[in-house]
Amino acid sequence: MSSPLLELRGVTKAFPGVLANDSVDISIPEGQIHALLGENGAGKSTLVKIIYGYYAADEGDMYWMGNSVSVTSPAHARQIGIGMVFQHFSLFDALSVRDNIELAISSKAGGDGLSQKIHEVSNTYGLGLDPERDVFSLSVGERQRVEIVRCLLQSPKLLIMDEPTSVLTPQEADNLFKVLNQLAEEGCAILYISHKLEEIKELCHHATILRQGKVVAECDPTKESTRSLAEMMIGRSLDPPAYELKKTGATKFLVQNLSRIAEDERSISLKNINFDVREGEIFGIAGVAGNGQTELMEMLAGEVLADDNAAISINGVECGQRSIRERRELGAAIVPEERLGHGAVGSMSLIENVFLGGHQRFNLARRLWMNYSNARTFAQKTCDDFDVRHAGIHVDAGSLSGGNLQKFLIGREILQEPLVMLASQPTWGVDAGSQLAIHKALLDLAANGTAVLVISQDLDELLELCNRIAVMFAGSLSEPHPVSSLTAEKIGLLMGGAHPEAA
Amino acid sequence: MRIKLVPRQTHSRLMTWLTPVMALGLSLVAGTVVFYLLGYPPLQSLYAFFISPISDLYGVCELLVKASPLAMIAVGLSMGFRANVWNIGAEGQLTVGALAGSALVIYFPESNNILMLPAMLILGILGGMAWASIPAFLKTRFNTNEILTSLLLVYVAILLLSTLVHGPWRDPAGYNFPESVIFQDVATLPVIVSGTRLHLGTIFALLAIITGWILISRTLAGFQVRVSGLAPQAARYTGVRSNLMIWCVLLGAGGLAGLAGIIEVSGLIGQVQPIISPGYGFSAIIVAFLGRLHPVGILFASLVLALSYLGGEFVQIKLGLPLGIAGVFQGMLLFFLLSCDILIHYRIEIRKTSLSSSAGST
Repeated sequence: MSSPLLELRGVTKAFPGVLANDSVDISIPEGQIHALLGENGAGKSTLVKIIYGYYAADEGDMYWMGNSVSVTSPAHARQIGIGMVFQHFSLFDALSVRDNIELAISSKAGGDGLSQKIHEVSNTYGLGLDPERDVFSLSVGERQRVEIVRCLLQSPKLLIMDEPTSVLTPQEADNLFKVLNQLAEEGCAILYISHKLEEIKELCHHATILRQGKVVAECDPTKESTRSLAEMMIGRSLDPPAYELKKTGATKFLVQNLSRIAEDERSISLKNINFDVREGEIFGIAGVAGNGQTELMEMLAGEVLADDNAAISINGVECGQRSIRERRELGAAIVPEERLGHGAVGSMSLIENVFLGGHQRFNLARRLWMNYSNARTFAQKTCDDFDVRHAGIHVDAGSLSGGNLQKFLIGREILQEPLVMLASQPTWGVDAGSQLAIHKALLDLAANGTAVLVISQDLDELLELCNRIAVMFAGSLSEPHPVSSLTAEKIGLLMGGAHPEAA
Repeated sequence: MRIKLVPRQTHSRLMTWLTPVMALGLSLVAGTVVFYLLGYPPLQSLYAFFISPISDLYGVCELLVKASPLAMIAVGLSMGFRANVWNIGAEGQLTVGALAGSALVIYFPESNNILMLPAMLILGILGGMAWASIPAFLKTRFNTNEILTSLLLVYVAILLLSTLVHGPWRDPAGYNFPESVIFQDVATLPVIVSGTRLHLGTIFALLAIITGWILISRTLAGFQVRVSGLAPQAARYTGVRSNLMIWCVLLGAGGLAGLAGIIEVSGLIGQVQPIISPGYGFSAIIVAFLGRLHPVGILFASLVLALSYLGGEFVQIKLGLPLGIAGVFQGMLLFFLLSCDILIHYRIEIRKTSLSSSAGST
């Protein structure tokens, strides 16, 4: 048997306070689509960064086509035939596709024939890229294809993809899978990192599962269920909450004809948005990121005021022009998309972070004075009630893991017993255990009569949680659909801008 | 053996307070070398620079006289710096505050009203605020960079002072010197330690430090200032109106600088002269950072900077060194502080090169 394309033996890497990779063995033969599965913080990113030459392993060996090798830099990795497409793209908006590719690849491959080569690669794999278009005019999916072409031009033998579908519609993801399958058939190996178990079952030939830096299992994902994969990932059995959706009541949150004109080229105009969230209901807003969700959330929260006071009502009180503080007094609780820097300040303690969203309703400030003893009580209660694992409420919020910090933020808002809960991307980048806890907390909240709005890119999450779902596309919001009438495919079409009414 | 800088998981609170001390120590060592290279006996020079100026009561009081305006201005500036509002123009606000307060004496030179002094102080505060309100307005209305506007307004203020003192405010009986009339007693801040120049202004500076401390650590407003600087989005989230915040920190800093200005004139100089401050408004920026933008730190930092002014004068008189030596020490202090600050976020790790590590070899 010939040696595998890439083999890692006993790779170990420690960071201060954490063993990111603990004696990891992996072997990838040519032409295999190999999934790397694991919760956040399981060590997936560290491992691929070692392979791609960003980090040097503390211990262990790497073999490339049978020979011992130590990759010293990403450039070295590309030179020996390893390409990587990152989760966050590194493209210059103002430059054309051609220029972006030329900038990134070695000068040898560039030159006059570059446009021609881009065409060839693009056609071979059905990517449909025009080298002369400027990047800012491309959709997220097209930008990803630029990154892929950039890798393919250097004829890699191994392509690493870091959560490639997190920004794609289901249809775009399907197209990506076709490309990856074609590459695999031609003998290129693919190391595929993802949280999404369904797509791993669909796409991958083999899976390595990491937990706390160790390889805990290897399997053939096509022979496993998503549930068994998830249980291998988090290391215990999952009991998803089974809920009877309660009858929903009166409208608690109403948005009527909400519009906003974009301030610059990078932001999205909101066009005449209408929806309502009822008592006891979870209302979902789906959509690919960058279709106006951020702009919408700013207005719903009151960080940016509407032109028309009647555009937003909380519990029957018009508040489109009222501040975020007044909206909190009317009963709103807000969980912003960004955890650090928006919902929490990383360099402040958990105690001080309780002030951030809760100083009004927790009664933490008497007139002008901060009431630290009350804040301590609430910080402790939030951590206890919502299972936030921390080294003490005096530690900086930034030292918590994503999942724990998100539980803290959700808990801080829920403990305020809001009438209306506005949550944006509540489980974005959160480990499976925390995700489950957050979903349960939101369902409980709705069951107690709060009107809950969830803006999310994760369709599975919305289908699991919501009573009704509307889809955002290019600054417009579709009609809401009861979740019973929806499938992932139908939402996918809406996310791409199609109108199922017309179709 | 390799020496590496390794990022810390969280920033070191110990180092936050230790690096200013380290910077001071390194400045002393480097100072010794400088004195030696200039051909002066190093230890004797250091003694003349740092110890002799404060070896008697008069010297200590002089130190406090110089530290007071520095501390007062730095407390105001630190609030703005914490909120990411970069007021570089305290020198101008100081000057206009001094002019606004002095105007009362110029136009009522014969007055013996006991309310003269309080009114001057209030006018001083208002003058400083007025000057700071220009960058505040430009920033909130047109999003103009306050670093540029506040700095440029310093030169306008100094020219305004010069115009007045050479023109309408010149003392008619002053032999054509560019100086105003000498302030009458009701317009002069009382001395609090007889035989020295230590005046009531030092008490005001202490009050400013205590108020600043309470404000930043105990009040909601102080919390909002801190959040504004650390995470502007989180500040909006907690309900801070950013324009209001900009106005407040600029007016606060301007008011304190203006107060420091009128105190200098009324407590020390006793008349309006073409030069009111030896650059207190700018040195206060160093004080604010050396003091970690914290009022208690600022208290100590103001004493250090004041000593560098005093020591500079002393070595000039005693050993004939150039006055610029004070600036050299201030510069070294800031230089060493900024370089030591890397230890707040990084730690030094010394390790022996291990053979098993294959990093760095291809």
